[in-house]
Amino acid sequence: MSKRIDVKDLNVYYGKFLAVEDVNINIEAKSVTAFIGPSGCGKSTFLRTLNRMHEVIPGARVEGEVLLDGDNLYGPGVDPVTVRSQIGMVFQRPNPFPTMSIRDNVLAGVKLNNQKISKGEADVLVERSLQGANLWNEVKDRLSKPGSGLSGGQQQRLCIARAIAVEPQVILMDEPCSALDPISTLAIEDLINELKDQYTVVIVTHNMQQAARVSNKTAFFNIAGTGKPGRLIEYGDTHTMFSNPTQKATEDYVSGRFG
Amino acid sequence: MTTTSLTTSRGAGRAGDKVFSAATLAAGCLILAVLFGVALFLLIQAFPALVASPDKIQGGEGFFAYIWPIVIGTLIAAVIALVIATPVAVGVALFISHFAPRKLASGLGYVIDLLAAIPSVVYGAWGAAFLAKEISPAYNWLATNMGWLPIFQGPASATGKTILTAGIVLSVMILPIITSLSREIFLQTPKLHEEAALALGATRWEMIRMAVLPFGRPGVISAVMLGLGRALGETMAVALVLSSGALTASLIQSGNQTIAAEIALNFPEASGLKVNTLIAAGLVLFVITLAVNMIARWIISRHKEFSGAN
Amino acid sequence: MTATLTPVKKRSALTKGQLPKWAPYLVLGIALVLGAAILALIGFNALGWGLVSAIIFAIGLVSWSAVVEGSRRAKDKLATCLVVGAFLVALLPLFSVIWTVLVNGLPGLMDPGFLTTSMNGVTGAFDNKSVEEGAPVVGGIFHALIGTLLITVMATVISVPVGLLTAVYLVEYGNDRPLARAITFFVDVMTGIPSIVAGLFAAAFFFAVVGPGTKTGAVAAVALSVLMIPVVVRSSEEMLKIVPNELREAAYALGVRKWRTILKVVIPTAISGIASGVTLAIARVIGETAPILVTAGFATSINYNVFSGWMASLPTFIYTQILNPTSPSNPDPSSQRAWGAALVLIILVMLLNLGARLIARMFAPKTGR
Repeated sequence: MSKRIDVKDLNVYYGKFLAVEDVNINIEAKSVTAFIGPSGCGKSTFLRTLNRMHEVIPGARVEGEVLLDGDNLYGPGVDPVTVRSQIGMVFQRPNPFPTMSIRDNVLAGVKLNNQKISKGEADVLVERSLQGANLWNEVKDRLSKPGSGLSGGQQQRLCIARAIAVEPQVILMDEPCSALDPISTLAIEDLINELKDQYTVVIVTHNMQQAARVSNKTAFFNIAGTGKPGRLIEYGDTHTMFSNPTQKATEDYVSGRFG
Repeated sequence: MTTTSLTTSRGAGRAGDKVFSAATLAAGCLILAVLFGVALFLLIQAFPALVASPDKIQGGEGFFAYIWPIVIGTLIAAVIALVIATPVAVGVALFISHFAPRKLASGLGYVIDLLAAIPSVVYGAWGAAFLAKEISPAYNWLATNMGWLPIFQGPASATGKTILTAGIVLSVMILPIITSLSREIFLQTPKLHEEAALALGATRWEMIRMAVLPFGRPGVISAVMLGLGRALGETMAVALVLSSGALTASLIQSGNQTIAAEIALNFPEASGLKVNTLIAAGLVLFVITLAVNMIARWIISRHKEFSGAN
Repeated sequence: MTATLTPVKKRSALTKGQLPKWAPYLVLGIALVLGAAILALIGFNALGWGLVSAIIFAIGLVSWSAVVEGSRRAKDKLATCLVVGAFLVALLPLFSVIWTVLVNGLPGLMDPGFLTTSMNGVTGAFDNKSVEEGAPVVGGIFHALIGTLLITVMATVISVPVGLLTAVYLVEYGNDRPLARAITFFVDVMTGIPSIVAGLFAAAFFFAVVGPGTKTGAVAAVALSVLMIPVVVRSSEEMLKIVPNELREAAYALGVRKWRTILKVVIPTAISGIASGVTLAIARVIGETAPILVTAGFATSINYNVFSGWMASLPTFIYTQILNPTSPSNPDPSSQRAWGAALVLIILVMLLNLGARLIARMFAPKTGR
């Protein structure tokens, strides 16, 4: 269950300010794609347009198309809420709901939407999601404890389980490991490797080595100068991008000459 | 593979968003409506008194002549309260923010804030039963030794129930308002400025004079104005403590009256035009306190760093 | 043979020109003694002794410091004296009020039936008997307790939904729009409305809408709501702002609608702060006299109906017992009842304040392991 994403001529505006310019990219289903680039180049901004999360900020809008298996996310009559139930997101800092137990956190996408689900179905869903996030064995005995009592890495895996539980097509990850220690980071990276068998994963990362470890394809974003819009410079197989990129800017970035 | 079309939205939920946001907007507008309504209803009910012929109003000379001495009395009481409370409040705020041992500071702050928890009627009772009696000898002393000053002209009141006593009770009541706001402001002085002063070899007092007070001045001014607003509108401290009467310059004689006390003492028994007169007095008080509060809040809003200090 | 050299203690260059550490205590002792001596001449009382000693202490320490340490350090010591003095001065009325209430109120409170009877049927004759013949003081505050309870509960029921929804509007939907800024500004201004003006407004409103001279518990509740709503809005707004934005984003990213996010994620996370804010608002209005005085009259018997008839409340009971004693020739029993009621009122307010802190702690999101 996963779909491909095709982006056509996307421009992202905050009010009058053009933040990201003219992006064209095709993301394959059941793959891991990494967005890399220096700070402020618009990769997180662009990621958020893929599930219409940027609209939370007043004045943010896009021009262009984002197609999910051919359906335009920005077409007329499309409800952002429906989009987000198909394209999930994991954030930089783990954010389990503090007032809910681990079990309720996993079920949050279902419960908060008042969807009726029997206890038996709920239990199955919780176990399946936590298994999918490689967290089941660690928390199966304390499902009723608060979600905020876990370590940072466990909390992030809980957030991933929560995202999986709504059965999305695509999972977006905005620097999911930058707030975690190296061991937890490794656990999440292993998890991403398994997730790609079932979902389309797009991950924004500051860490080039992580992109090299985890992704099938990599997209490099860059910004011409402060106040200028970010652009997609190059997109291709991860291996090629890191060993033999075609653009000079890409090569400068991956070899550490700037960024 | 399940395909959910992007255009089938969960209808009920979408309407829920609209209903809920409309409800919150309505609540917000209700507040504005209430404020507007206060002014409106007071005006409507006050109108007959404002336009009545002079001989119908108490005192026989029209509304303006009736209200004018009471307004002065209100101002006198408020000024007394401010003169006493402000230095003490600023001193207490400085004490807690910069002088007290750190471990005790928040506990001591809590103790001072207890002053705000005591209901105003209890302050009034205390003023009438305790303070007035205890301070009466001091009034006698003032009348004998400083009676040449108009404000201390004798003979001093035997009961001690004068506007000065009421002013002292008022000052105790507005002290927590001024001090808690000032304390927040002093605590927010940028550490960089304080450390710069200390690094130059300044004593603690010099550091406060150089870094804390200039930073805090607008905030303290608005705290004082909020205290003023409270003092102008306070009823019980005056109604129970003051033996009211005509306007008099002497602070140690009975006499003088404030708007709030005048309304409280007369409203329960009033009828007819008297009711309208008292409501008109309330309208005057509303306008005065509204102006004071708006100016104070405007000063605060211009210094955004105080926005959390309420 | 080497004689053991005892090192000579050399005074460090950094400690020159300072008063010895025991200086303040010495000056304090002298000041207390001198103060007592002076007061013995005039006529001793504790307050005067404290005052005179404080002044002598300040003058003594500062002048000694000026001579030994220089004017800068002396000014610093003077500032310290003044600031500590201000704090002590501020404490005086606090202790005095609490002491007066305790001393005068306990006899009233200890009276059997004080909490369970009302003033129904209690006339001046009873009070005269109590004073002249030593009969027990009759009359109680049950009607006032009921009145306070009913009026305050009704005011809370009106204020909390309006206040909370307004706070939600300001935090979740307002976004710095001109309307939101206007509401915030005027809510702040509303916190400064004199309580008697709020009472007059409610009275005027009901006079116009229902009929002149309407005085019921409901009118008083409306007046109290005008005072409570700004407090509820402000404190709820602060609590809602503290909820991290990441929680809202996490919910949106799961496909949850905004209103459900607010109701099921944001408000529950902030509920402890909101609840304690509401409790503090209640503590503030429960002691208000003036608005109830002009809106609910003052009854002497028990009235359970907020929508008809006059109602008593603790603050108005205290006020009327002091200003209009039941027996003008023998005001002492009225005074005793008033102080007893004052003690009960203060205890209620303190309990509410404590309750607010307990609630804040109890409902805070738990972090158990």
